[in-house]
Amino acid sequence: MTYVPHTDQDRQEMLAAVGVTRVEDLLQDVPESVRFPRLDLPRPLSEPEILAEMAALADSNWDLDHHPCFLGAGAYNHFIPSVVKHVVSRSEFYTAYTPYQPEVSQGTLQAIFEYQSLICDLTGMDAANASHYDGATALAEAVIMSHSTHRGRRAKVVVSRTVNPQYRETARTYVQGMGITMVGDQDPDLSLAQLGDLVDEETACLVVQVPDFLGAIPSQADLQALAAQAHAVKALFVVSANPISLGLLKPPAEYGADVVVGEGQPLGNQIGFGGPYVGFFATRTEYVRRMAGRLAGMTTDVEGKRGFVLTLATREQHIRRERATSNICTNQALNALAAAAYLSAMGPHGLRTVAAACYHKAHYAASAINDLAGYQVLSGDFFHEFVVRCPRSVREITTGLLERGIIPGYQVEAEYPELGDCLLFCVTELNSREQIDSLIAALRDIA
Amino acid sequence: MVRFEDTARYTETHDWVKTDGDTAVFGISDFAQDQLSDIVFVELPEVGNTYEKREVYAVVESVKAASDCYAPVSGEVVEINSELESDPGIVNREPYSDGWFVRVRMSDPSELEDLRTAESYRELVRQLTEEE
Repeated sequence: MTYVPHTDQDRQEMLAAVGVTRVEDLLQDVPESVRFPRLDLPRPLSEPEILAEMAALADSNWDLDHHPCFLGAGAYNHFIPSVVKHVVSRSEFYTAYTPYQPEVSQGTLQAIFEYQSLICDLTGMDAANASHYDGATALAEAVIMSHSTHRGRRAKVVVSRTVNPQYRETARTYVQGMGITMVGDQDPDLSLAQLGDLVDEETACLVVQVPDFLGAIPSQADLQALAAQAHAVKALFVVSANPISLGLLKPPAEYGADVVVGEGQPLGNQIGFGGPYVGFFATRTEYVRRMAGRLAGMTTDVEGKRGFVLTLATREQHIRRERATSNICTNQALNALAAAAYLSAMGPHGLRTVAAACYHKAHYAASAINDLAGYQVLSGDFFHEFVVRCPRSVREITTGLLERGIIPGYQVEAEYPELGDCLLFCVTELNSREQIDSLIAALRDIA
Repeated sequence: MVRFEDTARYTETHDWVKTDGDTAVFGISDFAQDQLSDIVFVELPEVGNTYEKREVYAVVESVKAASDCYAPVSGEVVEINSELESDPGIVNREPYSDGWFVRVRMSDPSELEDLRTAESYRELVRQLTEEE
């Protein structure tokens, strides 16, 4: 096809239509000195030259292979078995769009079904969807589903302050205009146990995070009491969970969760630049028809052979239109596949081993840091992240660690002003004893 | 052959209502179930809920669509047809009898008066099928 630019006559007609004679007349409002400035660019480079220059630039970035990382706060550095990359790199899977026509998509549909089944195993829920964009959007969908379950008649959502601040922000963005009010996360003095007192007959759901954003594991008694308080008024109990922690902790179903969501990145997905991630979403059977997103199911064909299809599609926007719970129909299929490949490769024992390694290494680090003069670990029961009150400003501590080649913990002050002099450290199975000891030595040095 | 129930009143949206003292029973018409084809799920309200006339009180899912059901008259739900949970196909087979949806205590029985009679509803269905 030939590219046909405007002819001189076309240009003249357009200029005449707006009442000018030359194209330059359109630029009169731009000051003369910057209208056609001389750009002082270096000479053009050949391909090998530019590759060398870009590689040198890239090398100035820090990466997780060369620097000990103690940063978590929602994105976690875990080992990814080689088989995960191998599976997701197969061209049958990484096409630009996920094919759903069952006659030609059995592999994709089966992969999604297996991902869903694994998420159900982890969470103890009955059904999981094909995934959402990330943990934040999955949480927002849980809030919307709770609202929809009550047919929009309950406008209040009670959410813990220790739910990831970005997830809360995303949920608030999603529900703007729906008349929903999110309460419970503004008051730093409100304990998790007190949160239940905010739940009433107008409440659609109660949302908590386990382990919470600051790393803490709430007590089973508190969680069960919150579930009971929610259920007493027919509100849903929504739990945002770290999937790796479920290798060690009880499935949320056991303490009364109605919906379990979370960030699936720790399961075989790269940390990247904040994405692409994958949000998992699982719930009890009674809420399945209100659930957002794609759902793959297992069935038999006319010959009685096992097959996989999309199911319960009447929930979705393309059929239910404006009455659908959510307008999200897409999913993060390749990232969900990575999660499924990861969980398959690790197995229950492997996942438990990873979770236990995270737990023990984090506790080793926390204990040693707490012994340092001036530092105080504020977390009680925690999984693999803990809050440390520092003897100097977090800016000075952070700078000191960076100068020593260590990626420091997260500065929580912006979201938690009451923790202004605190850092949130994360330790995973990938942090070696030497790395942890170097962190401890550095902190002692900086104090 | 589309079936009609002479003792019922109908809405433009293919819901029917039959009265029984101060209570009324709701369902969907034979024409509606035929248009929807195989019904796979009926989402019923909870007993105790109240609905205004023309408010959505139930959702019917078939293999090809999900449709809202509108209350023909206002009232409070006093009973639901829990048989539909295990066998929603009853609605396809017996839309006017075993396939009923809910029993409601009417708050204003006079609302029945502006609903269509079986004869008038038959005419509506005839027009709709001719348009096709």
